[in-house]
Amino acid sequence: MKWDEFFVTGEPMIYGAMASIVLATIAIIVGLTYFKKWGYLWREWLTTVDHKRIGVMYILSALIMLFRGGVDAIMMRFQTAVPENKFLDAQHYNEIFTTHGLIMILFMAMPFIIGIMNVVVPLQIGARDVAFPRLNAISFWLFFAGAMLLNLSFVIGGSPDAGWSAYFPLASLEFSPTVGNNYYSLALQISGIGTLLTGINFIVTILKMRAPGMKLMRMPMFTWSSLITSVIIAFAFPVLTVALALMMFDRIFGSQFFTMSNGGMDMLWANLFWVWGHPEVYIVILPAFGIFSEIIATFSKKNLYGYTSMVVSMVVISLLSFLVWAHHFYTMGQGAMVNGFFSITTMAISVPTGVKIFNWLFTMRKGKITFTTPMLYSLAFIPIFTIGGVTGVMLAMASADYQYHNTMFLVAHFHYVLIPGTVFAVIAGFHYWFPKVFGFKLNERLGKHAFWWIAISFNVTFFPLFFLGLQGMTRRMYTYSEETGFGPLNLLSFAGALGLAFGFIILVYNIYYSIRYSPRETNGDPWDARTLEWATSSPIPAYNFAITPNVKGRDALWSAKHDNQPIFDGKIEPIHLPSNSGKPVILAGVFFVFGFALVFSWWIPAIISGIGILIVLATMSFDRDHGITVSVEEIIETEKKLRGETL
Amino acid sequence: MKKRGSLLVLFMSLVLLLSGCSSITVLDPKGPAARTLSDTILFSIAMMAGVLLVVYVLYVVFLVKYRGSKTKDDYMPPHEEGNKWLEAIWITIPIIIVAVLSVVTVQSTSTVEKVAAGYEDQKPLVVYASSSNWKWHFSYPEEGIETVNYLNIPVNRPIELRLYSFGPITSLWIPQLAGQKYAMSDMVNTLNLVADEQGSYLGRNSNFSGQGTAHMEFETLAMSPGAYSEWVEEVKTTASALDETEFKSLLATSYVGRKTFSSTHLTFSPAPGDHSDHMKHTDMENGNKEHQENKAEHPVPANPEETKFDAVPNVNPNEPLPQSPAEDSNSDIDHTSHDGK
Repeated sequence: MKWDEFFVTGEPMIYGAMASIVLATIAIIVGLTYFKKWGYLWREWLTTVDHKRIGVMYILSALIMLFRGGVDAIMMRFQTAVPENKFLDAQHYNEIFTTHGLIMILFMAMPFIIGIMNVVVPLQIGARDVAFPRLNAISFWLFFAGAMLLNLSFVIGGSPDAGWSAYFPLASLEFSPTVGNNYYSLALQISGIGTLLTGINFIVTILKMRAPGMKLMRMPMFTWSSLITSVIIAFAFPVLTVALALMMFDRIFGSQFFTMSNGGMDMLWANLFWVWGHPEVYIVILPAFGIFSEIIATFSKKNLYGYTSMVVSMVVISLLSFLVWAHHFYTMGQGAMVNGFFSITTMAISVPTGVKIFNWLFTMRKGKITFTTPMLYSLAFIPIFTIGGVTGVMLAMASADYQYHNTMFLVAHFHYVLIPGTVFAVIAGFHYWFPKVFGFKLNERLGKHAFWWIAISFNVTFFPLFFLGLQGMTRRMYTYSEETGFGPLNLLSFAGALGLAFGFIILVYNIYYSIRYSPRETNGDPWDARTLEWATSSPIPAYNFAITPNVKGRDALWSAKHDNQPIFDGKIEPIHLPSNSGKPVILAGVFFVFGFALVFSWWIPAIISGIGILIVLATMSFDRDHGITVSVEEIIETEKKLRGETL
Repeated sequence: MKKRGSLLVLFMSLVLLLSGCSSITVLDPKGPAARTLSDTILFSIAMMAGVLLVVYVLYVVFLVKYRGSKTKDDYMPPHEEGNKWLEAIWITIPIIIVAVLSVVTVQSTSTVEKVAAGYEDQKPLVVYASSSNWKWHFSYPEEGIETVNYLNIPVNRPIELRLYSFGPITSLWIPQLAGQKYAMSDMVNTLNLVADEQGSYLGRNSNFSGQGTAHMEFETLAMSPGAYSEWVEEVKTTASALDETEFKSLLATSYVGRKTFSSTHLTFSPAPGDHSDHMKHTDMENGNKEHQENKAEHPVPANPEETKFDAVPNVNPNEPLPQSPAEDSNSDIDHTSHDGK
């Protein structure tokens, strides 16, 4: 292989990206060395098995990926802002929309959600950590290795360019001869294994690690949504694992599962992809519903309306999510009967979703609503998401979909669902739980500024796309002619995208500003909230709760504050915690090398690192690790320090 | 919260605007299939506007009425578990809405899959529409002519487009005449449409198929039957025939302009698993059948005489064995080799 095939060449922007990657890496290495932080980084973060720190690392990675995916989005909107724009060529545009989709769904939305789950779920159920802390670290590092592998494709070898759905035969070696789609199959596989492990971990955590008295029907709604999401993960991700493995065989080992010859079936890929892909949508949206449920209840000063129907509706959604996949390709020609079936199952999902919308509205009724930043995002979610929901019902109608399919109408719809749904939720959750993790709030004034920019610009960006779709503009078009008349609305959409970018810049600035200037909290419950995670101090001690909570109803903290039902009525006992381990990060590193070698079909390094994976796994199996025990004295000392009492 | 109110007004006015607007392609149909779809879309928008209205009214009322700044400081919101009557209402009404929309969907879907009402007794004009890297081939077996990147059709006559692809999945879409359908390499999909107004309608590939997707546009010209016959005659007399060598080089070229030929590629490169005679007797309303199912029944014919198209006029029994068009030019673009060749 020649060097100019290895590195992506010929694009000034990519040279810029290469230079910035190299400079940033040097800066990080020099900085860590200069400030003597290598040991700190290794001890406190790289080897940690603490669910809160793993959560923070997930969220930090997600924010970085949000930046990358956002830059992709701005470039796409800029390219299509005017007819016949020459900013990007077709190949570059194709790579950008492919990575935009992959990064935003798999490396931004998912890790952000999983990060919040990591921070919050064990606290909400009164646990000391997740069921399998070290597995949790493996999950994170595998996700991280996958994310880095995909991002590396941008400068080495070329990014995947067949769309995030990578339909065959387009994604086959025959029509996509670069290594881009090899990266796709391996990066998604590695991070997908991590996600699957997370799913299993959280099912066990929520079912087995709840504090005394925390019955299933007393769990906070976010924990419920995490449980259901984890179950969906456990059922959906194996399908992706198999599909990606077959894809890898097709592309690297010359098998013919999805190709055009020797009996390959291109439609099989589409089916497998969406059998995973549609539940995936609910994997990112159900926890979002959980986050909104917590926030709306807290800032309405009222318990969640219709708790039972909220739980039941999520279970129904999770079941239906596996019965709708063919609505992604009504136009494949499977006939009116099959399409009718999938139309009905798809529209049926709107019923439980509608139940949730009404329950949120009625939670606010007779409440005492305060407009904090997290509440503003939750309030904006309801009307905007409803537009996404009703256009979803319109798309579900197979006949009408013959006119919407593959158009900007579809693009508008899923952004109207995923941005107010998932993105607003994770930002709201980020603002809401930030003081829990770090002990100070994000600045409210800047937070609200960012909110208005984001909420209004979002509509300016995506509402025009509904009309572009109905005018016949299809998705993934890198250019269009003047006569099509698509120009003005695309320009408006680009203006909106700039506004969105500005909103996110304010949001990031707010993090910096608040770290410097925000007053530090002295109590663990800054929002006057309702659930257990606010019962411990902020920042949270490693063991979460000094005394194991004793739960007597829903909204345990609210009952403790108002109905005189103490949560901590036990006594302090020694606490057993898992000890740190460097093996998860080493394992992920070896996985990364393995993936990278396979992408380029470098067999010797691939075989060596493949054996390396087995060796690391084997040493893990034979590890004798009894964890650490925190003594009663240490707990008392830590608690005093956290309450600001002098020793 | 002024923004929400204005959003609502905006949406409602857009709905009103949509129903009378003709600049919106999808809602400006020029044939029965597209008209059915346009009506379905407008009906669903009206229904959904009702849903939005209910949600937005409740939302605005609750937000205005129960904001913390308006309530007394000592007001303690009540504890509410839920209300089974209210919950029954917001489960029942959506179910009714979904039921209504389901009926509309199933009806309209089977309507547009079939030949349009009133045109059933006319013999449809069969046109094979196949895509190869970033161009469209339209073969008229009945007339024995072929075009590239443009489609001429007579008005008021049912057109049966048979779609397939020489490569990645594409989707043929002429929004003013009918909804889209995929063209794939290993089966033939059928798209029924009728143009009931003369005019030029833009068609395109809507499914991403690689670098040139954005350029896969073609003009559909719906002309009077007389003008159509004249055009066919003219093509037959003036255009050159399409032979296998030329077709192969055509397939290998990424972008070409319009081209016209006085013979079709179907004679030497039949559509995948073609079983057009048989199809009429199956119960598949939209006329497509899994290619895999038919492989045993309908192996690719050993010689072209066995290939039965609808009235293929110019099959030459002395021609060599049917060969995939791209076997030489592009080693693997071969939609017949999976039959074990």
